[in-house]
Amino acid sequence: MEPISVIRSRTVVLPYDDVDTDQIIPARYLTTTTREGLGEAAFADWRYDAQGEPRADFELNRPEAAGCRVLVAGHNFGCGSSREHAPWALLDYGILAVISTEIADIFRSNSLKNGLLPVVVDQQAHAWLLANPGAEVSIDLGARKVSLPDGREVAFPIDGFSRYCLMNGIDQLGFLLQQEAQIVSFEQNRPWQP
Amino acid sequence: MSAKSLFAKVWDDHIVVPESDDHPAVLYIDLHLTHEVTSPQAFSVLRERGLPVRRTDLTLATMDHSTPTLPVRSFKDLEVVAEPKAAAQIVKLDKNCAEFGVKLHGFDSEYRGIVHVIGPELGATQPGKTIVCGDSHTSTHGAFGALAFGIGTTEVGHVMATQCLLQRRPKTFAVNFEGQLPHGVTAKDMILALIGQIGVDGGVGHVFEYRGSTIAGLDMEQRMTICNMSIEAGARAGMIAPDDTTIEYLAGRPLVPQGQAWEAAVARWRSLPSDPDARFDREVTLDVSALRPMVTFGTNPGMVVAIDDAIPERSDANFRKALEYMGVTAGRPLAGHPVDIVFVGSCTNSRLSDLEQAAAVMKGRHVAKGVRMLVVPGSQQVKKAAEARGLDRVFTEAGAEWRESGCSMCLGMNGDTVPSGQLAVSTSNRNFEGRQGKGARTVLASPATAAASALAGSVADPRPYLAN
Ligand code: SF4
Repeated sequence: MEPISVIRSRTVVLPYDDVDTDQIIPARYLTTTTREGLGEAAFADWRYDAQGEPRADFELNRPEAAGCRVLVAGHNFGCGSSREHAPWALLDYGILAVISTEIADIFRSNSLKNGLLPVVVDQQAHAWLLANPGAEVSIDLGARKVSLPDGREVAFPIDGFSRYCLMNGIDQLGFLLQQEAQIVSFEQNRPWQP
Repeated sequence: MSAKSLFAKVWDDHIVVPESDDHPAVLYIDLHLTHEVTSPQAFSVLRERGLPVRRTDLTLATMDHSTPTLPVRSFKDLEVVAEPKAAAQIVKLDKNCAEFGVKLHGFDSEYRGIVHVIGPELGATQPGKTIVCGDSHTSTHGAFGALAFGIGTTEVGHVMATQCLLQRRPKTFAVNFEGQLPHGVTAKDMILALIGQIGVDGGVGHVFEYRGSTIAGLDMEQRMTICNMSIEAGARAGMIAPDDTTIEYLAGRPLVPQGQAWEAAVARWRSLPSDPDARFDREVTLDVSALRPMVTFGTNPGMVVAIDDAIPERSDANFRKALEYMGVTAGRPLAGHPVDIVFVGSCTNSRLSDLEQAAAVMKGRHVAKGVRMLVVPGSQQVKKAAEARGLDRVFTEAGAEWRESGCSMCLGMNGDTVPSGQLAVSTSNRNFEGRQGKGARTVLASPATAAASALAGSVADPRPYLAN
């Protein structure tokens, strides 16, 4: 995983609430046994028409969306299925951060483990971002702040441990493996065995 | 010591390393369930790093998601029946489980089935355990008083390698159901009503505890239906305190403790219910005594109405987009809306009592012309029990298809799909756009409502069919 410190990009806006992971990547693409190449399948049912051609009216297909690394989404983004294929698909597509007023629990957890930054901002900042697609923003993970083009700085919460792992490109399995002695002791000393 | 909730008791009992500002808690996992779709990349990580599955005795695998529901007895059959990538994924699971020594309920197992059906059926699901699976409906197992939640594939790897997860403590949310459930109204209607009331993000960051007189009166299968859909309200998990019903259900199951160990386990389970003055971060109470059968009309489970109520009118873009996708009209009830497909199955409603509910409506009647109905038992055990009671014949004589167990039409990845533009009344848990196949329209309902809709050829109230 690449270390993350600051993400600078124009935004692409998907203004719908409750976008579920079945939209982010439909189930028929989940028969894969690897993590690679899922960008093609990101938002497949919204992105392509019945002939498999890009739909001109889909937000991510508009010419000005090309190269945008920051997705501004409606409330409760990523609800539904636990499929980690959702952040894999977004990252492979080129998205590095998602900004919303709420991001569903499992999607958020999966994103943090793959270097996709979940950024939850207040309603006022969110409303401004929704209304200004293409805005040039800068997300500073170290400072836990998003800078908007008018100079406003908007704070976002992120767990210190996740932030540390993301900024150093560390995966969390390493941390867990280091707890081996405690795990063994827990197993030996618990009052009942599963 | 201060009063503790059921959740707090289970959580505290599994802390290997307490959480701090620097890191989340290290939480021990007692049972790891796994399946073909969310495990291959986790096994690959173990292989890359030269790690074993740490506790194969606490790990259980099945095949369900991309597994066809047409009869398959061997991998040779599979190649004929399944789409090549789905078949490859199933073969991969078999290989991975063999290589890492994980017990797999494959085609040769009489216990194969949907992961959230077989865990309880085998008695692997028990009160007080922590249970995870790379699947959001792991919340189902909370019906037994376990702390059970869905995880992503990276975390599947964490549990395989260390039997632990890094977790921040969630908040608690008491959901009280009170009153006598009217005839023909079921657990499915209760949970849909809850999601309708608090919304699809109403539970984000929380663990539900379902309580109250209605819950106490439900059997384990109905309790599982409720806990199953906790995630549909955004909750991390949903739990129900173990009681006599729980213990009777588990007694004699293959994987429960035996002899003295059983007595000790029961004594421990009896201490799990929330203390009387336990505090919850949030609380809501629903009276079910006037509840009617519920149906969804939109593209998430929170867009739900009673079957004879008009679909509400709202002007926001999300709402209009959903109604347009579904092809339904605001201001009119869903009852009477034409139906193409009816699906009875999924980890929400594919257990024996669910099938009995549907059969009670259908017995001696016939599916309407032009409607396709699929009945898919949740496991091979459910299939066997249903056949022993003649339920399969009730369905096939009514013109429905009777299949092998699996996730089937709950999600479009195993060959069972709803064609684009068609409308399905489904006993599953998600009515998201395209969930049952590209362009598919889904109406979520109870098995009784689904069966009635199959007979009528349109969304229908089951109560008149159950009256005599
Ligand atoms: S039946 Fe549906 S919801 Fe349940 S585990 Fe299978 S795919 Fe997931």
